[in-house]
Amino acid sequence: MNLQTSIPAPRHADAKERLVVIGNGMAGCRAVEEILALEPDRWAITIFGAEPRVNYNRIMLSPVLAGEKSFDEIVINTAEWYADNGITLVSGDPVVHIDRAAQQVVSRGGRIESYDRLLIATGSDPFVIPVPGKDLPGVVTFRDLDDVETMLAAAETSSRAVVIGGGLLGLEAAHGLSLRGMAVTVVHLMPTLMERQLDEAAGYLLKSELEGRGMTILTGADTAEIIEQDGRVGGVRLKDGTEIPADLVVMAVGIRPNGTLAKASGLAVERGIIVDDDMVTSDPAILAVGECVQHRGACYGLVAPIWEMCRALAAGLAASPKGYEGSVTSTKLKVSGVDVFSAGDFSGGEGCEDIVLRDAARGIYKRVVVKDDRVVGAVLYGDTQDGNWYFDLLRQQQDVSDIREALIFGQAFAAGGALADPNAAVAALSDDAEICGCNGVSKGKVVACITGGAASLDAVRAGCKASASCGSCTDLVERLLALTLGDGVEESAKTLCGCTSFGHDDVRPAIVERGFRSIPQVMQELHWSTPDGCSKCRPALNYYLLCAWPGEYVDDQKSRFVNERMHANIQKDGTYSVVPRMWGGITNPRELRAIADVVEKYDARMVKVTGGQRLDIFGIKKEDLPAVWADLNAAGMVSGHAYGKSLRTVKTCVGSEWCRFGTQDSTGLGVKLEQMSWGSWMPHKFKMAVSGCPRNCAEATIKDFGVVCVDSGYELHIGGNGGIKVRATDLLTRVATEEEALEHCAAFVQLYREDAWYLERTAPWLERKGLEWIKAQLYDDPGAVKALAARFHYSQQFMQDDPWAQRAAGDRADLHSHVGRITAGPPADGILKAMEPAK
Amino acid sequence: MSADWVSVCAVGAIEPGMAGTVPVEGAEEIAIFHTIGGAFYALVNKCPHKGGPLSQGIVHGDSVSCPLHNWRISLQSGEALGGDKGCTPTIPLKVEDGMIWLDRAAIMARAGA
Ligand code: SRM
Ligand SMILES: Cc1cc2nc3c(=O)[nH]c(=O)nc-3n(C[C@H](O)[C@H](O)[C@H](O)COP(=O)(O)OP(=O)(O)OC[C@H]3O[C@@H](n4cnc5c(N)ncnc54)[C@H](O)[C@@H]3O)c2cc1C
Ligand code: SF4
Ligand code: FES
Repeated sequence: MNLQTSIPAPRHADAKERLVVIGNGMAGCRAVEEILALEPDRWAITIFGAEPRVNYNRIMLSPVLAGEKSFDEIVINTAEWYADNGITLVSGDPVVHIDRAAQQVVSRGGRIESYDRLLIATGSDPFVIPVPGKDLPGVVTFRDLDDVETMLAAAETSSRAVVIGGGLLGLEAAHGLSLRGMAVTVVHLMPTLMERQLDEAAGYLLKSELEGRGMTILTGADTAEIIEQDGRVGGVRLKDGTEIPADLVVMAVGIRPNGTLAKASGLAVERGIIVDDDMVTSDPAILAVGECVQHRGACYGLVAPIWEMCRALAAGLAASPKGYEGSVTSTKLKVSGVDVFSAGDFSGGEGCEDIVLRDAARGIYKRVVVKDDRVVGAVLYGDTQDGNWYFDLLRQQQDVSDIREALIFGQAFAAGGALADPNAAVAALSDDAEICGCNGVSKGKVVACITGGAASLDAVRAGCKASASCGSCTDLVERLLALTLGDGVEESAKTLCGCTSFGHDDVRPAIVERGFRSIPQVMQELHWSTPDGCSKCRPALNYYLLCAWPGEYVDDQKSRFVNERMHANIQKDGTYSVVPRMWGGITNPRELRAIADVVEKYDARMVKVTGGQRLDIFGIKKEDLPAVWADLNAAGMVSGHAYGKSLRTVKTCVGSEWCRFGTQDSTGLGVKLEQMSWGSWMPHKFKMAVSGCPRNCAEATIKDFGVVCVDSGYELHIGGNGGIKVRATDLLTRVATEEEALEHCAAFVQLYREDAWYLERTAPWLERKGLEWIKAQLYDDPGAVKALAARFHYSQQFMQDDPWAQRAAGDRADLHSHVGRITAGPPADGILKAMEPAK
Repeated sequence: MSADWVSVCAVGAIEPGMAGTVPVEGAEEIAIFHTIGGAFYALVNKCPHKGGPLSQGIVHGDSVSCPLHNWRISLQSGEALGGDKGCTPTIPLKVEDGMIWLDRAAIMARAGA
């Protein structure tokens, strides 16, 4: 095809026009190919390349590093291609200057070339984080073949690598180095790997997979410096002090469009070189394409948009402009055996609906985000077969309302005509089709169970075990219930929240028995229907995990209600109240002075004696909390947990030490009880009291655990509370000594911690389970009290670390400070410097 | 009114699932939310119910549950979700060069309003 007729005549009647290309990379060469396809004879072409080689497929550097491909296999344009098309390739000699007035470029080697049109395709530069040691030998980026060769040489002679950056590039580097036999640690600043492409759920699956392959993955890890040893890299030190020894450090934290040359020549450059829809820069004689450009505000770091840009560029040059309109991108990770796909916007938002499918047994997570009946984003893990289909639906903005119900099952299912109705699909299954894989239950058996009287999901689970294990077939069982019974289906027992079909009594044992260690893991394995839960289930799961794995599970601050995250009670005006512990209600001049000083120093608007026998300081700003705590700590006071689902107060009366009726040292026992159990997280708040005699001045019989002292020893009472619905305690048992009282208390608290539902206080818990059940757990087996108490004490080892002291020492300073500040001044001075990123 | 973008903090300053606060001279404090899914939003730090500081709530999906009485507020539109009625003003935000930018003109216009 010859389009010569449609273009303006060349400047020199017989000579070809001169096209000079800067950058012998993927965009530069593809643009030339597109131009040659439209106008094979118009241009005399010269390409300058900084790299001393022909153009190759940069994205295949990862398989080269991993040993799955050789360099020869990834070459795109061989030397013959340049020769056959009459192209002069100047490789290994970068252009250092553009003289726009003279329409000339100058190379480092001194070569001068004139142009009629200039094409800039200089790609990107890897971003190097400015930490001490960044220039040491052994620190590399991952951008070109030279980098790969440096890494391969390092892998020959040394054994430990650290990759900084857990994005696409970093993980591909880590994978390659690990296949080359190195022990690899990935250091990633964000909590989720590939956080720009993956959500928390998929990020969790990816992390587990890579860890399973022997890599160490550190998330939320901020690099402080690269350590030197004998003049080269010795390791990496993180801001938290951790040191990781390494012989090779790969920086893969991101890229920056390379617009240096363009900027120096006076072209309009912001983040990238600014181009219009025909890829023309602010100078009509100069075009730009690839990662170095900024088009309609966007810069790209993937090849698919570049191919579209190159087509638009060639069409524009040939005076039949198509116009580039920007791209929607999708990503796949090139790590063999790990299937990850992500496209579009999956951060959700108004009017967005998440469709989530999880198949824990096969390690699959799929999430499709639909808005106004259009697919707007997708994240797939484990099964990426349908990635392209979703991506097509997304790009074409296709209305999916017809296939909405079956969308998540993939193209084969959703596009299958009648099968688009999932009810019809389930109805069409044969009687011996397997419904529940875990328990091997067929459709026939489930239907028989339903017709035999099971009218709810729970009844089916109890009757034939279908959906009673992993729960992934819950949806199928519910459809069978609906098909078989129509409107006769009964609501099942209360679930944890709207995100799951499981109840507390399903989730808790599952965590312990199946060893779940994190919130995303529970959500994946138990098929949560939302990507990251809600304000009901997140705090509950956080508590269940904390209770199940003391000393091991790391508390998830973002799943904590504000009071427990700030270690103070939020007030209606957004300030906080602070209640230090006063053991058993006893205080002394030093504590009182410290409290008085805090009230004055921080201008607290009120200080009040609480109903829990201690003092509450009101009106403290979140910024002042750490300083207030430091002052209180200095007087020996620790957090009173007035804000927590945890031990609150232990009220006491004066007892045998002073009172003429006192039978035992109730004050002393109260202090001991509080010292034993403070700091422990519980399903709900937990209050105790010790009264010195049955006159019960400490109101022990409306407490979660109350002790009434009598001549012969101690009566132990449980399950009481004041509040909206007052409940007096039940008598649990009588014991003779203080030691026994303490041990029974520890055992009871632990039983409550391990069994009650989150946000269920002891009173409703006792009524649900029955006093007899609680007594049986404690006393049927003679070793039970000791075993429960031992578990409580073990857990307390990790809990009795004053959270105030940690904060006063600077822990989580981000929670107590502002991230920035805006002043009213004119634009230029209005900008305050960025504050330090959070740890 | 043209936008007056000011850079407020680095993207890394707010971890996913959390929010950061930005006091404003002469106008109401702004809360910047970073969802677990990775999106950033800016809203006036005030619940439409009784003015609770939304920045201190639990963030889930694209909404935040107010710390005072648990209203659920859409981070995208500022509207109260579920059965509740009310709306918190949203502030234009963009992420560029690893920084979070807010439109000061929009914030100041509210102070004048
Ligand atoms: C400060 C204090 C009132 C006072 O000035 O005396 C208080 C203040 C609050 N109580 Fe209380 N309660 C206080 C003693 C009590 C008592 C008396 C006691 O502990 O002997 C009771 C009845 C006994 C009981 O709990 O069984 C009590 C029963 C409640 C209840 C109802 C609990 C129930 O199970 O029905 C709530 C609501 C809840 O927890 O859901 C509640 C909730 C609250 C909250 C946390 C409301 C809230 O969610 O913001 C108040 C926090 C104020 C703050 O910011 O500090 N407060 N509250 C007392 C703090 C005690 C302490 O030193 O820690
Ligand atoms: C390891 C790796 C894996 C990747 N995987 C994928 C993937 O799976 N999918 C995907 O879509 N994308 C992937 N990418 C990104 C993809 O490679 C880039 O988007 C693409 O190469 C960009 O093309 P470009 O021509 O703009 O830049 P480049 O391909 O980098 O080409 C620019 C060239 O210009 C040269 N140059 C710069 N300045 C000058 C100068 N002054 N004079 C002369 N020459 C100069 C450079 O040396 C370079 O050779 C990957 C990238 C890497 C590094
Ligand atoms: S009784 Fe009501 S108003 Fe008084 S402190 Fe308790 S919760 Fe608040
Ligand atoms: S102030 Fe936010 S819910 Fe009441």
